[in-house]
Amino acid sequence: MAKPEKVLVYRHAAVTRLTHWINVLALTLLLMSGLNIFGAHPALYWGQKATFAHPWISIGAVQLPSGDMKGVTQIGSTSFDTTGVLGYSGKVGAREPVAFPAWATVPSQRDLADARHWHFFFAWLFVLNGLVYWLAGLVGGHIAKDLVPTRHDVAPRNVWREIVTHAKLKFPKGEEARHYNVLQKGAYLAVVLILLPLMVLTGLCMSPGFDAGAPWLVDVFGGRQSARTIHFLTAFTIVGFILLHLFMVVASGTWNNIRSMITGRYAIIPDKAPEPKGEAA
Amino acid sequence: MTLSANRRGWLQAGLASAGALVLAACDRITNNPKGNAVLQSAEGLTRRAQRLVVDRKALAREFRPGDISPDFKPNGSVDPTDADYVALKAKGFADYRLVVDGLVERPLSLSLADLRALPARTQITRHDCVEGWSSIGKWTGARLGPLLDQARLKSSARYLVFHCGDTLEETLDGSGQYYESIDLIDAYHPQTILAYDMNDRALPVPHGAPLRLRVERQLGYKQAKYIMRIEAVDDYRHLGRGKGGFWEDRGYEWYAGI
Repeated sequence: MAKPEKVLVYRHAAVTRLTHWINVLALTLLLMSGLNIFGAHPALYWGQKATFAHPWISIGAVQLPSGDMKGVTQIGSTSFDTTGVLGYSGKVGAREPVAFPAWATVPSQRDLADARHWHFFFAWLFVLNGLVYWLAGLVGGHIAKDLVPTRHDVAPRNVWREIVTHAKLKFPKGEEARHYNVLQKGAYLAVVLILLPLMVLTGLCMSPGFDAGAPWLVDVFGGRQSARTIHFLTAFTIVGFILLHLFMVVASGTWNNIRSMITGRYAIIPDKAPEPKGEAA
Repeated sequence: MTLSANRRGWLQAGLASAGALVLAACDRITNNPKGNAVLQSAEGLTRRAQRLVVDRKALAREFRPGDISPDFKPNGSVDPTDADYVALKAKGFADYRLVVDGLVERPLSLSLADLRALPARTQITRHDCVEGWSSIGKWTGARLGPLLDQARLKSSARYLVFHCGDTLEETLDGSGQYYESIDLIDAYHPQTILAYDMNDRALPVPHGAPLRLRVERQLGYKQAKYIMRIEAVDDYRHLGRGKGGFWEDRGYEWYAGI
């Protein structure tokens, strides 16, 4: 049997590719410097103020009667031994009490002042990059054309079918592969419409200067400490998205996906004899 | 797709060493004066952007008495051991004098009774530490603006420097003495006060007795404690290590609005 002929379609516009990779850089450094910043006070609260004796989650180190240290992560009334990763980590014999391990933070040493420099620098890059993405996406039609689900997309039957085929790691081929499916559209929209803006807004609410100008926004999140908590939870939701995203990239064809995000060209195998139509994005 | 165990091992090792390289590069940028300066350039952008979107006269949120933190956390110095401070504390601050000098027409030396006789303000505000936590407290103190009017600032004055009674870090050159500085717009903000009471009681030692600054809308390290002297200056670069405050000298932002 002859090998089916691959067709390269133009999938990602230059601005999408560029903003994607800038976002990779910015989000990575924001996350890693954020984990360093968190180490300055590794506990989270709800409301306007801290309730120091009762954080809803905290990471710390405790000394055992033997003199050894143990990393402890507390969530609500439950505590977990997280030695080696959270609370107390580093090479065995040279472990240090630090919330997140050195390999996960920028700078690698606990350093609030420098971590803030990294965080705010890449926060600006992230915001400006996001604005470029949004502007280009709205003006160029990427968001309306490629991301907003169609009526067909959101039909329960279609949604269910996509869930089942995704769970089986079967990915669309041919004409269908020219477009994002409804789960992709939903996930990408949720990220660019909800999660990423939420990071910026909750970040701003931690600023006492900004709060004087927009106290109502702090109220929307339920107070400065709630905003800090939501900042942290949203960050980890984004990490979860990225892990799933990377898994899907690998599962649906690593090099084809990576190439499409670099050159824009994505290979599909047409169902039948392909009739050359307009390019899908 | 499947990866052989061998290939997976190589992949993991490759990713781990790539990660280690990136981390080492980040640390090199942090420790390189030029690299760090690039990172810090964002501060100017942040300050200008906040000045643009937030009116400089905007008031910080004020809270209700029920919101006051029962566990307001003291930070930095909590019981200074500097000889002069210890001597003042021993007499219940009866000998305390706040000196106001520098670029003023009329230098002042004020006792606590003098300060309590000045136009006062009480406010329940949220204290936001750069570490990430917040506590809410009630502050009563002399408004800084009217006090400056009494001292009559010279037209060359641009900043106020708060010299504090606590040494937060032992250094050979004395740069471990706590100090802070603010500009005149913040100095004349109605919520900027020299607090002598906290939660309806005399300011306790851990929170800066007998006098601390409240310059709301900025982070906790701006709220200088144990204030001994207020100096009006045209520049702060000759003080400490030149960045305008104890924590500023150690890499934190002079504009502590975020």
